Amino acid sequence: MPKRTIIPFGPQHPVLPEPIHLDLAVRDEKVVEVIPSLGFVHRGLELLVTRKDFMDMVLVAERICGICSFIHGLGYCQGVEEIMNLQVSPRAKYLRAFWAELSRVHSHILWLGLAADAFGFESLFMHSWKIREKILDIFEETTGGRVIFGVCKVGGLRKDIENDVLERIRKTMDEIEADYRTIAKVFKEDYSVKHRNCGVGVLTADEAYKLGAVGPTLRASGISQDMRKIGYGAYGDLNFEPVVEKDGDCYARTMVRVREVYQSFDLMRQCIDKMPEGPVDMKVTGFPKGEFFSRLEQPRGEVVYYIKGDGTKFIQRYRVRTPTFANVPPLVKMLGGCDLADVPVIVLTIDPCISCTER
Amino acid sequence: MPINPFVKMTATIIKSLFSPSACKMYPVEKPVFYANTRGHIAIQTDKCTLCTLCAKKCPTYAIMVDRNAKLWKIERTKCIMCLNCVYACPKKCLTNENQYSSPVTVKTQEVFNITPPAPAQVAEPCGQKETTT
Ligand code: SF4
Ligand code: SF4
Repeated sequence: MPKRTIIPFGPQHPVLPEPIHLDLAVRDEKVVEVIPSLGFVHRGLELLVTRKDFMDMVLVAERICGICSFIHGLGYCQGVEEIMNLQVSPRAKYLRAFWAELSRVHSHILWLGLAADAFGFESLFMHSWKIREKILDIFEETTGGRVIFGVCKVGGLRKDIENDVLERIRKTMDEIEADYRTIAKVFKEDYSVKHRNCGVGVLTADEAYKLGAVGPTLRASGISQDMRKIGYGAYGDLNFEPVVEKDGDCYARTMVRVREVYQSFDLMRQCIDKMPEGPVDMKVTGFPKGEFFSRLEQPRGEVVYYIKGDGTKFIQRYRVRTPTFANVPPLVKMLGGCDLADVPVIVLTIDPCISCTER
Repeated sequence: MPINPFVKMTATIIKSLFSPSACKMYPVEKPVFYANTRGHIAIQTDKCTLCTLCAKKCPTYAIMVDRNAKLWKIERTKCIMCLNCVYACPKKCLTNENQYSSPVTVKTQEVFNITPPAPAQVAEPCGQKETTT
């Protein structure tokens, strides 16, 4: 039997700018065991809640992650609003859904670029990111920021989008979608993409369910679970079906994201069509007292927020379970038995966000 | 299996060969900012009453208000442009400007002299009232 060797992967690795460390036990070229270790970028953001006014804490919540920043802020706000029994205006709900979907498009296209980079398709990477740039411009125009938006607040939004701006964004979206179609076709049909992804890192539906996979990782294994379906915010009024693929390999996970981008474009159009009139903000009085568990769908999967307030201006406990954390056990399973050369691609297909995971 | 493995990408590549550069030639070409772009914080020194609310609300402690010396100071490298101070200011004298502050090699504080308008204006009508009665 070939000798067992331990090969370290990360915390600094070219494929992933974020620090995750995996000890890969290999025999020949096959990975036989994987031991993950985390904790390189822990920043203690959850504890800050005990020192920041609950209204200002949303700015910290947004900074948990640079890509799902809007949805992190949204999760915090929705939790506090539930505790305080605040009825957010319908327009604010729709705008929140609009920005959340825009974040999803931005996150998925960013990931598609990174995935192309991981399997060595540099020009595809550049074209993906070129498209993403236009989405960042929409963010900058509407919120003022490109990465951290600071528009979501407890009780509504800090900024509104004028209806004529929304119509203009719809036209820009059509252009972006046309560009995206050409890129999506490459991911779908190109020989080298398929060669690198098909049949690699297979996770069966049963394993995915048992190991608690979330988001595109779970949906790629054939399980239709999407937290937006529970109807938080404006999602209850929007029509969509979770994107599901059957095979559970890297190609299926890529395809789920490729197709989800179209779904998000569709949801944004629905938001613009149904956008109600009215204010986007409300006056918030009093302090949160009680606890709430809020579940949302981020680009990477389900995120869980636990918020507990004790009636003072500081929240007592704030806990976030991010999707990447849930996807680490399935990742370990996927890596077992794979080729050493496929490890970077498989790691990337769960769309790992380590700074999110460690907060 | 297709004969040319890159065939799916060829059309996109040829198209971009004949289209202009996607990158802006910064700094030769000036960047375009939107009205909303969070660039830097500006202060209207004649409106400020040195109430210190902005300094209290700033999450990164970038603002310092010296009431005795009548100075309002901001450390630009600390500011994360969250706009908390802009929303907190009761006199609405802080604004978001859409140009980024210029790059620096040394961290410094920008200091503004504040001339609070408050007491003089109140005293005048009172004095007039006294003389007329
Ligand atoms: S924008 Fe935010 S970080 Fe900057 S000075 Fe104002 S409160 Fe402080
Ligand atoms: S800038 Fe506004 S908030 Fe800050 S000290 Fe002056 S008046 Fe008060």
